[in-house]
Amino acid sequence: MTITLNGELRDVGDGTTLGALMTELTGSTRGSAAVVDGAVVPRREWPEFALRDGQVVELITAVQGG
Amino acid sequence: MDNQFVIAGVELASRLILGTGGAPSLHVVDEALVASQAAMCTVAMRRVDPATTGSILDVLDRRGVRILPNTAGCRTAREAVRTAELAREALETDWIKLEVIADERTLLPDPIELLDAAQHLVAKGFQVLPYTNDDPVLARRLQQAGCVAVMPLGSPIGTGLGIANPHNIELIVSEATVPVILDAGIGTASDAALAMELGCDGVLLASSVTRAEDPAAMATAMARAVEAGRLARLAGRIPKRFHAQASSPTEGMAVL
Repeated sequence: MTITLNGELRDVGDGTTLGALMTELTGSTRGSAAVVDGAVVPRREWPEFALRDGQVVELITAVQGG
Repeated sequence: MDNQFVIAGVELASRLILGTGGAPSLHVVDEALVASQAAMCTVAMRRVDPATTGSILDVLDRRGVRILPNTAGCRTAREAVRTAELAREALETDWIKLEVIADERTLLPDPIELLDAAQHLVAKGFQVLPYTNDDPVLARRLQQAGCVAVMPLGSPIGTGLGIANPHNIELIVSEATVPVILDAGIGTASDAALAMELGCDGVLLASSVTRAEDPAAMATAMARAVEAGRLARLAGRIPKRFHAQASSPTEGMAVL
């Protein structure tokens, strides 16, 4: 299936969870937040939160900043 | 001597707050952080970049500093509130450095959006530290809105122009009921010292350290400047005079 991840189309396996996606991207879920179709998904729900085809996902984390 | 620096009931071990933006690497951030002895650092919230190795959070965690997320880059109250909510979710802190800027050229705060965002965030239970203009009236309104500190700029972000309107900073300090933190515009150590001499409770700076030729050395200079400025403020400076006043006795001069 295909999702929009941080503004770009990305193919992911069916049933991929938010937790698995985040771990795949950064190796950690520390300091991150997720928005799926405009709604914040609490981190405790990530391991069970299965993504669906066509969803728009924003994954945010802390970076250097003033 | 009063050396406690308390924001929202939390005592911080240093009056210098270090922004981590502008450093060429995490290693430089780490060196500057150690040299500055800062107890709190700011971070920004951005899209995850899989190409990035290492996390600023690892550095900050290792040094045991408090993390203050910001809403840098936000242009509207709505965006800033949303970013703060994401930061709270990501970092499990309800402290937020609130930035709502008006345009990219000046990076000056948009006062209308800033106050609106502050009111919304306070209502949502955030501890709000707003980056604000050096406007005593706006600072007052932000305090009335329930902000736990006010952070007036010395001059625009990244300019290093120092404190453009010291009188306004003094006015803000004179009627503040929460800590005043000079935020933005610091260029070198004397600017930080001046902020503290004017009565600010703390200084937040980033570029002046992270973009210095030797960030760690400048961080040391800033730490000492903040301490010196604070001591000078508490010590009570002499009033300025128009004419000279001798410090040696004027009587008892030998006739030569």
